Amino acid sequence: MSSQTQKILTTDGTPLEVSLKKAERKNKIKAFLLVAPLLFFLLITYIFPIGDMLLRSVDDKMVTEMLPKTFKSMEKWDGKELPPEEVFESFYLDFSKLVDEKREGKLSTQLNYTKNGFKSIIKKLRRKSKNFEEGNYKDQIMAVHKRWADVEYWKAIKRRAPPITYQKYLKGIDMYQNESGNIVSVSEDRRIHRILWLRTLEVAFFVTLLCFLMAYPIAHLLATLPMKYSNLLMICVLLPFWTSLLVRTASWMILLQQQGIVNDFFVFTGLVADDARPEMMYNKTGTYVAMTQILLPFMVLPLYSVMKTISPSLMRAGKSLGGTPFIAFWKIYFPLTIPGIGAGCLLVFILAIGYYITPALVGGASGTLISNQIAFHMKSTLDWSFASAMGLMLLTGVLAIYWVYNKLVGIDNIKLG
Amino acid sequence: MALPKYTEPHYRIWHYFYLFVCTCVFFFLIAPLFVIFPLSFNAEEFLSFSDGMKRLDPDAFSLRWYKDMVYGTKNPWGLAAKNSFIIAIFATLGSVLLGTVAALGLSSRHMPYKGLIMATLISPMIVPLIISGVAIFFFMAKAGLAATHTGIVLAHIILGTPFVVITVTATLSGFDHSVTRAASSLGSDPVNTFMKITLPLILPGVISGGLFAFVTSFDEVVVVLFLAGLENTTIPIQMWTGLREQLSPTILAVATCLIILSTLILVTAELLRRRSERLRGINR
Repeated sequence: MSSQTQKILTTDGTPLEVSLKKAERKNKIKAFLLVAPLLFFLLITYIFPIGDMLLRSVDDKMVTEMLPKTFKSMEKWDGKELPPEEVFESFYLDFSKLVDEKREGKLSTQLNYTKNGFKSIIKKLRRKSKNFEEGNYKDQIMAVHKRWADVEYWKAIKRRAPPITYQKYLKGIDMYQNESGNIVSVSEDRRIHRILWLRTLEVAFFVTLLCFLMAYPIAHLLATLPMKYSNLLMICVLLPFWTSLLVRTASWMILLQQQGIVNDFFVFTGLVADDARPEMMYNKTGTYVAMTQILLPFMVLPLYSVMKTISPSLMRAGKSLGGTPFIAFWKIYFPLTIPGIGAGCLLVFILAIGYYITPALVGGASGTLISNQIAFHMKSTLDWSFASAMGLMLLTGVLAIYWVYNKLVGIDNIKLG
Repeated sequence: MALPKYTEPHYRIWHYFYLFVCTCVFFFLIAPLFVIFPLSFNAEEFLSFSDGMKRLDPDAFSLRWYKDMVYGTKNPWGLAAKNSFIIAIFATLGSVLLGTVAALGLSSRHMPYKGLIMATLISPMIVPLIISGVAIFFFMAKAGLAATHTGIVLAHIILGTPFVVITVTATLSGFDHSVTRAASSLGSDPVNTFMKITLPLILPGVISGGLFAFVTSFDEVVVVLFLAGLENTTIPIQMWTGLREQLSPTILAVATCLIILSTLILVTAELLRRRSERLRGINR
C-alpha cells in the first residue's frame, strides 16, 4: 500500500497533518490568550481568596505556636493522669516567654474557648510565676490553683495542639468536642445556629414557592397577550428589576410600619381595630413579603422566556382532541414550562438563601438569616475564621443545589431575560 | 384575551379569576415603588400621608427634602453620589473590557476546557454575595486595598464581568464568522477587523452587559459594606445606614431620584434589546 506511506505535503514540504495541528494549536493559544486576562484576574482576586477562606476556617496555629515546647513534651503523655514534670516545665518555659512578650492574654482567651475557667487561672499563674523557683514546676504550678491540678484542664490544652481544627464547623451546627473527645450538641437554649440554618432554608423555600405561585399566572399572561399590551405590562416586571434593592426595601418599610399604608388599609376596611394594628415589620412577615416582591422578577423572566416559545396551537390541538382546558393545560402546557420553572426556582432559591440586606432591615431579630450571622461575625465579633467556616458551609449547600439542578434539568437553560 | 362566545360559564368565571389574580400580582410588584413619590414631597417629617396630603392641599407638599438632599448641613449625599458614579463608571469600563475580550475567546470553537472556564468566569454571579464579600475582603485586606476606591472598583469588576460575559457570548452565538474572515482575506489586521467589523455588530450586547455591570456596581451594598471606609461611602451605603438608624424623608427623595435613574436605564436596555433582536432577525 503505497498511499499509506506517501504523506500529503503542504507547499513548504511539511506533512499536512503536522501543519494542521500547528494551526490548531495556534488557534487554541489565541483563544486562550483572549480569556487569560479575566481568568487570571478572577483566579487571583476571587477564586484563591475563597480557598483562603478554607484555610482560615480550619487554621488553629495560634495556640500551637504559643506553646511549642509544651506540645512537644505532651506527645509522650497518654492523657489519662496528670502529665509528668517534663510537661509542666516546658509549659512554664513557654508561658514565661509569653508573659515577657505580653501575649498571655491571647492564650487565655484562646484556651477559654476550649474550656471555661482558663481566664482566671492564667491570670493567677502570671502573678505567681514571677516568684517561681527553679525545679519541680509541677508542684509549684499545681499550688497556684486547684484547677491546675485537674487533669481535665491539661487535656483541654492538649486538644489545642494540632495546627488545624474543625471546631468552627462544629460550632456552625451548634456542636462541640467535649472533654473525652466526643462530638456533642450544645445545650438546647444555646442552639442559635441550627435555628438560623433551618430558618434560612424555610424562608428560601417559601419565598421560592410564593414567587412561583405569583409568577406563573403573570408570565403566562405576558406570553399570551398581544405584543402592545404585554410590552406595557412587562415594564411592571422590569422596573422593579432595575430599581435599587435598597429603594424597594425602603418602600416596604414605609408600607409595613405600624402607622403605614397597609395597616391604615386594614383599619379602614375594619379588619383590625385601630389600637390593635399588627406588627408586620421587624419579624418574619416583613422578610417574607419584601423578599417575595424583590425576587419575583427573577422568577417571571425565565418563565416568560420559556412560555414565549410554546406555540398556542399546541393547546388548541389538545382541546380539539377532546381535552378540557384544564387537562390540556396540565398535560401539554405545564410540562413544556418545566425548564423555566426549574431555572426560576433555582435563581430565586439561591438568591434567597444568601440574602442579607432585606432581612437585616425588615427582619428584626426573628427574621434574620444565616448571612446576617456571617456578616455579624465579620464586622462585630471579628471571628473571621468562624465567618469563613459558615460561609463555606453555605457555599457547599449552594453548589450541591447547582449540582442537583444540573443533573435534573441542565444548567444551560438559564437565561437572563 | 377576549374569550370566544361559546365559552362555558365556569371557564368564564375561571378566566376572570385568573385576570384578577394577575392584576393583584402586577399591583404587588409595581405599587410599592409609587408610594415613595408622593411621600418624598411631604412637607412634614412623617413617613405617612398627612391629612393635608389626603386632601391634596398644596401646602402639604414641598421640596424641602430635596433641598435637604442637595444642601443639607451634614450632607453625605453629595460625596456618596460622586463616589458611586466614579466607582460605577470605572467598574463598568473594567468589566466591559475584560468581559468582552474573554467572551471573544470563549466563543471561539478552538477554546479548550470551555465548560470549566465558563463556570469559573460566571462564578461571582452564582455564589451568594455574602460569601463573595468575605472572600474579596480577605484579598483586599491582604493587598492593602481595603477602604480605597481602587479596591471597591476591582471588587465591582469581579461582580460585573459575569453579566458582560453572558450577554456578549449570547450575542456572539448568532454571529456570522465569515464576515471577519472576509475582512482578513481583504488584508485587514485582527485589531482593525475587531474595531471595524466585530465590535459594531456586537455593540448592543456589549452595552447591555455594561448596563448590567453599571447597575450591579451602582446598587451593590454587601461587598462595599465590608470594604468601604468613611471616605468611600456610596449611595447604597448611605441609604443602608439611613434605613438602619432612622427612616427620614430625605432618603425618599434620594430613592425617587434612583427610581428615575433606573427608569432611564430600563428604557435604554429595552431599546437595545429590541435593536439586537431586529439585527439577529428575530421577528415577533
